[in-house]
Amino acid sequence: MPVTTIADREIHVDDDGFLTEFEEWDEDLARTLATNIGIPDLTDDHWKVITFLRSDFQQQGETATLRRVSTIGGIPTKSLFQLFPKKPARKMSYVAGLQKPKGCI
Amino acid sequence: MKRILILGAGTAGTMAANKLHKKLGGTWDITIVDQDEIHYYQPGFLFIPFGSYRPEDVIRTKREFVPKGVNYVSGNIATLDPESNKVTLADGTELGYEYLIIATGTHPTPSETPGLDGPEYGKTVHDFYTFEGSVALRDALAKFESGRLVVNLIEMPIKCPVAPLEFALLAESHFTKLGTRDNIEIVYVTPLDAAFTQPVAAKHLGSMLGDRMIVLEPDFYLERIDAENKKLVSYDEREIDYDLLVTVPINMGADFVHEAGLGDEMRHVNVDHHNFLSKDHDNIFAIGDAANLPTSKAGSVAHFAMDVFVPNFVNHVKGLPMEEEFDGHSNCYIETGYNKAMLIDFNYETQPLPGKYPVPGFGPFSLLKESEINHWGKLAFKWMYWNMLLAGRDIPVPSHMMMAGKDRSAA
Repeated sequence: MPVTTIADREIHVDDDGFLTEFEEWDEDLARTLATNIGIPDLTDDHWKVITFLRSDFQQQGETATLRRVSTIGGIPTKSLFQLFPKKPARKMSYVAGLQKPKGCI
Repeated sequence: MKRILILGAGTAGTMAANKLHKKLGGTWDITIVDQDEIHYYQPGFLFIPFGSYRPEDVIRTKREFVPKGVNYVSGNIATLDPESNKVTLADGTELGYEYLIIATGTHPTPSETPGLDGPEYGKTVHDFYTFEGSVALRDALAKFESGRLVVNLIEMPIKCPVAPLEFALLAESHFTKLGTRDNIEIVYVTPLDAAFTQPVAAKHLGSMLGDRMIVLEPDFYLERIDAENKKLVSYDEREIDYDLLVTVPINMGADFVHEAGLGDEMRHVNVDHHNFLSKDHDNIFAIGDAANLPTSKAGSVAHFAMDVFVPNFVNHVKGLPMEEEFDGHSNCYIETGYNKAMLIDFNYETQPLPGKYPVPGFGPFSLLKESEINHWGKLAFKWMYWNMLLAGRDIPVPSHMMMAGKDRSAA
């Protein structure tokens, strides 16, 4: 598993740069990850998504899909596209320090 | 006598009824419920629009595949009360159980997408996941001689996840045969970031789309259909025009699953991915497309899973541990047109890879590669489905996926 240095810290990531260790993430790291993908400021709305993703991951053991974030997390899909433009499923999980949602088969 | 209640007499429910009747008939009372008397061969829906199957080729009755000795009840399932072990039908009939098996599948739900379920449905907007849809599409294709055909998949998971790609490839071959291909643009619009979910297969399938001049429009997450102006509109305000739209509506499980609190956000039953036992109730299982397994929703999966489910279920009702583990094995033919097909074989852990199947090094089927034999395999499968699979007879392929015969270096 590759190791990279982000914000002066050694972080375990997969081949696409997504964090693989749940515990290596914290809020400071999230800000750096967000900047990496062109989101300079994390607003309260961003944090709402990130918080839901992390707590849902702890319960389910897998990253929530867009549909799950909207139906269970209560954040409309339209907002997810505004908060994490173009590829919200990948971007929100990247910033939340989780694996991207498994391509449902 | 103790009671087993099976909800749904489709592929998985019928196989389970046959296999459990052989193992437990006489000592257990087995009942199966379905709202519909017709058993459709659903893989055949793909061929009806192109005239290669006639509508009557895909129709049998559900009752003829359910063994004597299993009670067949015809009715709509209204509610499930898992606390009191009771199912109530729309006509008020109450059915109690000691063990419940949910096999009510997953269904295209056009009402989930604004603009889809309107007056244009069946005219310029089509699906091929229902009998009526595939027949209406046959008539529309017969009149379609020029313009832009958009093939769209709205959201995963869907049953038979390769079917929309197959439809695009078959359409390309169909129009070429008719001589209209030069006047028709084909666009494949998907929320995925590639032609398919699994990387190696996505690469093969993506380059095939390119070779056939089918335009791939990835990362398109459909918000609504503007049927009046013939446009697809995404959540990020992209628009794609069409003259003829063939879409796959969002697939959802049954309402009663949701209302009983057993489902995930798509109303598929939350189960243990290796033994199909509900995560919420120790006497409820879900099999086939109704379960939220992270593998393809397909008849092949239901079939492979049965070899794990039946011995586990028999043990479980006797109070013994469930010893078999399902690996997510899936196996799909992909019709690619011009009388050829590909085959993919994979499970939870291993993505589809090139190779030979089922006999390593020999085949006769080729994995991730087009061949005529694969196409004949797909067509022969209809006979196997009606005559062997539903009746629970053994088909001579292993139920767990094998690495032998696969090219690991391609991963």
